Amino acid sequence: MTESDAPALLAVFLIPLGTALLLMLIPSKERSLIIALTGVSSFAMFVISVVVFVQYDFHGEQFQGVRAWTYMENIGILGEKGIQLKVGVDGIAAAMVLLTGIVIMPGTWVSWKIQDRLKDFFILLFVLTAGVFGTFVMLDLFVWFLFYELALLPMYLLIGVWGSTRKEYGAMKLMIMLLAGSILIFTGIFAIYAEAGLGTFDMPTLYGVDFDSGFQKTYFPMIAVGCGILAALFPFHSWSPDGHAAAPTAVSMLHAGVLMKLGAFGVIRLGFQMMPEGGAFWAPALMTLGITAALYGAVSALRQTDLKLMTGFSSISHMGYVMVGLGTMNVIGWTGAVLQMFAHGIMTALFFLLIGGMYDQAHNRDIPNFSGMARQMPVWTVFFVIAGLASLGLPGMSGFVAEVHIFIGAFRAYPIVGGLAVLTAGITATYLLRMFSQAFFGEFNPRWNHLRDITMAERAGAAVLAVTILFMGLWPSPWVNRISTTIAETIPGVTL
Amino acid sequence: MTDLLGNELNFQYELLGPEIALAITGMLVMFADAFRRELKLGRSALPGISVLGLVVALAATLYVGDQTADFARLVQIDNFTTFFRVLFIGVTLVLIIGSHEYIERHVSHIGEFYALLLFSTVGAMFMASARDLLTAYLAIEVLSFSLYVAVSLGKNDPRSGEAALKYVLLGGVASAMLLYGLSMLYGVAGSTQYSEIAASLAAGTDGFELPLLLGLALIIAGVGFKASAVPFHMWTPDAYEGAPMPITAYLSATSKAATFALILRWFSGPLLPAIDDWQWMIAGIAVATMVVGNLVALQQRNIKRLLAYSSIGQVGFMLMAITAISDETGSALLLHLIGYLLTNLAVFMAIIAFYNQTGKEQIVDFRGLAQTNPYLALVITSGLFSLAGMPLLAGFLTKFILFQAVVSEGYTWLVLIALVASTISLYYYLQVIKQMYLYQPEGGETERWRLTPTGYLATGALLVGVVWVGVYATPFYAAADRAIAPLFS
Repeated sequence: MTESDAPALLAVFLIPLGTALLLMLIPSKERSLIIALTGVSSFAMFVISVVVFVQYDFHGEQFQGVRAWTYMENIGILGEKGIQLKVGVDGIAAAMVLLTGIVIMPGTWVSWKIQDRLKDFFILLFVLTAGVFGTFVMLDLFVWFLFYELALLPMYLLIGVWGSTRKEYGAMKLMIMLLAGSILIFTGIFAIYAEAGLGTFDMPTLYGVDFDSGFQKTYFPMIAVGCGILAALFPFHSWSPDGHAAAPTAVSMLHAGVLMKLGAFGVIRLGFQMMPEGGAFWAPALMTLGITAALYGAVSALRQTDLKLMTGFSSISHMGYVMVGLGTMNVIGWTGAVLQMFAHGIMTALFFLLIGGMYDQAHNRDIPNFSGMARQMPVWTVFFVIAGLASLGLPGMSGFVAEVHIFIGAFRAYPIVGGLAVLTAGITATYLLRMFSQAFFGEFNPRWNHLRDITMAERAGAAVLAVTILFMGLWPSPWVNRISTTIAETIPGVTL
Repeated sequence: MTDLLGNELNFQYELLGPEIALAITGMLVMFADAFRRELKLGRSALPGISVLGLVVALAATLYVGDQTADFARLVQIDNFTTFFRVLFIGVTLVLIIGSHEYIERHVSHIGEFYALLLFSTVGAMFMASARDLLTAYLAIEVLSFSLYVAVSLGKNDPRSGEAALKYVLLGGVASAMLLYGLSMLYGVAGSTQYSEIAASLAAGTDGFELPLLLGLALIIAGVGFKASAVPFHMWTPDAYEGAPMPITAYLSATSKAATFALILRWFSGPLLPAIDDWQWMIAGIAVATMVVGNLVALQQRNIKRLLAYSSIGQVGFMLMAITAISDETGSALLLHLIGYLLTNLAVFMAIIAFYNQTGKEQIVDFRGLAQTNPYLALVITSGLFSLAGMPLLAGFLTKFILFQAVVSEGYTWLVLIALVASTISLYYYLQVIKQMYLYQPEGGETERWRLTPTGYLATGALLVGVVWVGVYATPFYAAADRAIAPLFS
């Protein structure tokens, strides 16, 4: 990927932003026009994100497709290269761009059946998407944070207006907790800029600054917790199950699938890359919180009867693995962490897509109420089993690739954590297999006679996600190559 | 010509062109109002004359341009003055265009109302340009007296008279304190000229420590009242609630910005040598203002009272910049003022349009507005999100730059409090947004209604401004940077 590929990186966030603006001009009555426009736009995002990922050359530079446009410089507090619109991706960001592109397309498809204020829904959803893409491709601290906040902002209305179960509560709790995290990130960014004293928000330049060790140890936890809240870092995870349970399908998919990864991505970009010494110092703490979250999430998921809540706690558990991987401070563990971000994003999006497809008909998500669903909804069941098996780490699925890396990394760093991680995987298998046996098999409950199998749009969306799971599970090297070289060559403090 | 001390005085009257133009327009408006029948003037004559006068004043401001000169050692003409002249003329212009229907229907003594708006703008402009304590004091009183009367002009609303009485009584006390403080400062420094006070304080104040401290405390209390900083903010919610809405908007915009123009001139110039005596006072007031303003706002039911407390909270953020005063925080503050004025006016213009249609002003009355008037709901939402500092809107960028400037001066703890306060503010803004988007309209009435053309013009222009500053603020920041330069040269 070279400088000439920069337009692709601009396009990934300009397309959703432009679509949102166009939608504002379309009358709400024109449903088919709205559907056509969002369909084309989400397909374009998908294609471009694949191109970005494929074009990323893991033998090349750290940041590729780099291009900067000056926004403001030499005014007031800003010096040379003060604030720039600077795009560029490394192997980690390329994978995250791909993840977003893959999740947004099915997310758009399944949202077409929304009846109430479809246009407004898509405006907010695409603003959110623009925020996510922007955060992954931006290399200027100010603009990075602008897009990060932009990704959070629409969440309140998306959940509050189109959500279900306790939506106002879930929306407000999520908003308050995530913005409390932003306070810490804000402070961290201000401090980094002031401490560096270069008058620039350019991230590659700031990566070159050798920050004082005391400064790093003070501000790393601020960034780690601030971004970590979005990644459901224990004990700041409590917004996540409520938020997921309340959110409409596409929002749950994007939120659990992509937005939570934004948090982990922030910990890497602003935490470990900016302040490696602070990162190394706090890594054991991060690992402890990670393994606690993994165990806690899995044990809580055991106790849930609501399908969405179960998936929500399972997400906390899986995001715990990510923190464990980052805490290992070795290349294999880190590679696993980023692989897990990708793998979990896809499988959890599939989970929420399927749960949404069922809930829209049954208006019920309680596992004990269902049984023998495999007879009534066979296609739905097949996809659900694929997602579940990926989640419990069956070899041949994407989850396995990620977890194996993390476990090896953890055993190398702290064998006891590795042991606990494997135990967590056992618990995960328990609650998922038990859910399968309760809901899918056994005697069919005639109360659900009216349920139909999922629609064509949902089948297509689920197929895209399931194919990705199998693809990555069977041929992981495109991901592993890009991610591990980036980590080995550019993350300071991470050893083999 | 020279004064008694032999100083050469400059009497180029064209330097005061904008102020003179506005004062004459104000008198013309009153004259036209008195002879409305004889002259057979239509309804739009008074706002028309006012707008014309403002345009002339704007032209005069640009004609004066970026020259640096003083008028009779009383008024300083420089980029800082020009910046605020443009700002204040702009605010009054937008206010008159956006709310003349409201004024027509809900204000008694329309002629005087427009005249008072213009006179107070003159006062505000002199506050930004004064270079002598007495000129500054007179300017404050021109602004304040106009507003005391204007607050009381609400038609058929007993709250209006009550608000005016409260405002004038407390305002009188504050003016007295300010004047007393200024006289002490004069006693210590021996001059009313800013430049001479600075020189005198810099030379040392041995033996005058106590009067200086007392004088500073009184001055801060006085300007704190005008800026509605805690604990001198008690009048704000009542005056905001009782006043006719355009005056509420004006109080939160021009009146506040003018006070900060004055504060910037004082605390970066004559009072800068005594920074150790006042810095801790301003810091304490800034913290109290941010915290109290935003916490009390949580309990409000009336949209005007909510915005009153929210504007108090905003003052706290601005006072941080005074605590950490430097040319960099100064220019950041000016940028923030631009963003704040645009945003606040956008919200107020939208609320005025809403009141014109419905005659309601409680937060619950906004129920379902997203369905009955999606455009207006969008304007209010953008405005409130901008006040809370959300991205792609003015508030995010200007607050980011302001906070960064304060942190760069070494006041990270202040900014941490400001960030918490700012997050709290989002909660109560969301309460309004929630009413508009999450709930159905009262009685299931979903029929769409439209704004008047001037309503669309004012809200639309302000919305564009809010997004413009949020997306491409470079020219505004550059202008702020040029404006602050003369204060620190």
